[in-house]
Amino acid sequence: MFLAPSLLGVLIFFVLPFLVVIYYSFVENPISKRFVGLTNYINVLHNSAFRTAVGNTLLFSLIAVPLAVILGMMLAFLLDAGIPMRSQLRSAFLTPLMVPIASIVLIFQVLFDYNGVVNEVIMKFGAPRIDWLKSSAGLFVIIILFLWKNLGYNMILFLSAMGNIPKDVVEVAQLDGANRFQIFWHVKLRYLSPMVLFTTILSIINSFKVFREVYLLTGEYPFGALYMLQHYMNNTFASADYQKLSTAAIYMSLVMIVIIGLMFLAENRYGKDLEEE
Amino acid sequence: MKKKFRKRTIVSKVCLTFIAVVTAALFLTPIVLTITNSFMSASEISSNYGVIFKNATSDSKTFISETVNLKFIPDMVSFSQYITTLFKSPDYLLKFWNSIILVVPIVVFQLVVAVFAAYGFTRTKGKLSAIVFFSYIILMMMPYQVTLVPNYLVLDWMKLLNTNWAIWLPGIFSPFSVYLITKYMKRIPVPLLEAARIDGASEWQVFSKICVPICKGIITSCAILVFIDYWNMVEQPLLFFTDTDKYPLSIFLSKINASEVGLAFAVATIYMVPSLLIFLYGEEQLVEGIAYQGGVKG
Repeated sequence: MFLAPSLLGVLIFFVLPFLVVIYYSFVENPISKRFVGLTNYINVLHNSAFRTAVGNTLLFSLIAVPLAVILGMMLAFLLDAGIPMRSQLRSAFLTPLMVPIASIVLIFQVLFDYNGVVNEVIMKFGAPRIDWLKSSAGLFVIIILFLWKNLGYNMILFLSAMGNIPKDVVEVAQLDGANRFQIFWHVKLRYLSPMVLFTTILSIINSFKVFREVYLLTGEYPFGALYMLQHYMNNTFASADYQKLSTAAIYMSLVMIVIIGLMFLAENRYGKDLEEE
Repeated sequence: MKKKFRKRTIVSKVCLTFIAVVTAALFLTPIVLTITNSFMSASEISSNYGVIFKNATSDSKTFISETVNLKFIPDMVSFSQYITTLFKSPDYLLKFWNSIILVVPIVVFQLVVAVFAAYGFTRTKGKLSAIVFFSYIILMMMPYQVTLVPNYLVLDWMKLLNTNWAIWLPGIFSPFSVYLITKYMKRIPVPLLEAARIDGASEWQVFSKICVPICKGIITSCAILVFIDYWNMVEQPLLFFTDTDKYPLSIFLSKINASEVGLAFAVATIYMVPSLLIFLYGEEQLVEGIAYQGGVKG
């Protein structure tokens, strides 16, 4: 009874049409309805725009996700080191999370434009300037924007996990003469490992959303290196190529299911590992 | 020996504090710059940034310097940007209104639906309910590249594309809040609810008089998280609206940057205000909500 509205909504807007998406991925087109087996899957794989988009998104995720996790953890440790103004600093790291990207792209354009502030500084040092937003260097700008927005979130996740590290275990390690690095590596990191996993997954999911940053910063037709998966989806939407769209969505969902599956497997493992002690 | 050790800790603490303060300043710089720049007059903006937004100023007669001139403090504090945005060109206010109209119903109704669903999940035990909840988690993690396609198909069939319903409906039934609130509700001790039932409370009373009040905190956290997510939205309106007049300010902002730089900073600032206000009053709830997300299985 209580579940009904939500179940109905999820069925109508997500589950049932997703079945149709699966169906579309196996037919020639929604009108002829001719079953074509895996043809769409092979075609999409061979599509050069799709490949570029996947490659760029992957490259971005491979760089941005580890940075988001490691730097997020470092911020958490920094705040946990007993420094003054802890709560003010936490607020400062968290503020970007609240600020819509759209509000901030203007200042990023001022900074990273060809005639922008960053290039002025670079030229003062005698180096050649870079066309940040219209070259592969754009990836760097997008990574900065991504980290700026997401680090606070990861930091909070790690801070909450660090609260759960039992103090006596740390103290015992100290008494046994473990140095700071050993305590960090053998004790703290072990207790944080489930959170490292969770933060990684969350950052991967967020990294798939990075189209937003690219779109707001560089518009509908970005430089090739910034052409993301969502750009591909948008363009395919525009040409109403439903079977291609469906196939790409299925590929993406398969990837996500593998990632989520790995997460649950790993969490079961680590979870048990920690409980045994 | 002890003294030496303490000295070292003090030095390292000073270093760490310094690093933290510098990082924090870097994090805040773009926000602060946007706000301070919104108090420059349009001509100051174009003389400072004319090189960058050339197309925007090429036909105007204002002086354009050859170099960009990033300033923290305006030469003269001026409210002209705000006056123009608020009173002279209603376009921006209209887009701001679009954003509110799109986001507020999603926040309210996603939470209403979610509180009911969470209670449903808490009440029903058994394998089926566990499987359904698990599929909610998977759905929650799916990126837009997956969910927007089925959304689009249904909206197309229902002839709802290019109406606000296209944004509202998938947003309202998005499973994020269901997941978070269920996780919280499941930790309410069962004897508490049983006791109420023995005392003659109806199912509805247990739900509305006990469960919902206990979950107030997490509901607030959810509301904040959902709000910032949709206030920042770009993908859905871009796909579901063909009529650009319906766009929320988030998309519109990236378009006015080029044409009307003299106003853009003020509009950007106005767009930040609601979320910054929420942050000011709800930081603790926000932090709790994020922390609560940690550990999917909980």
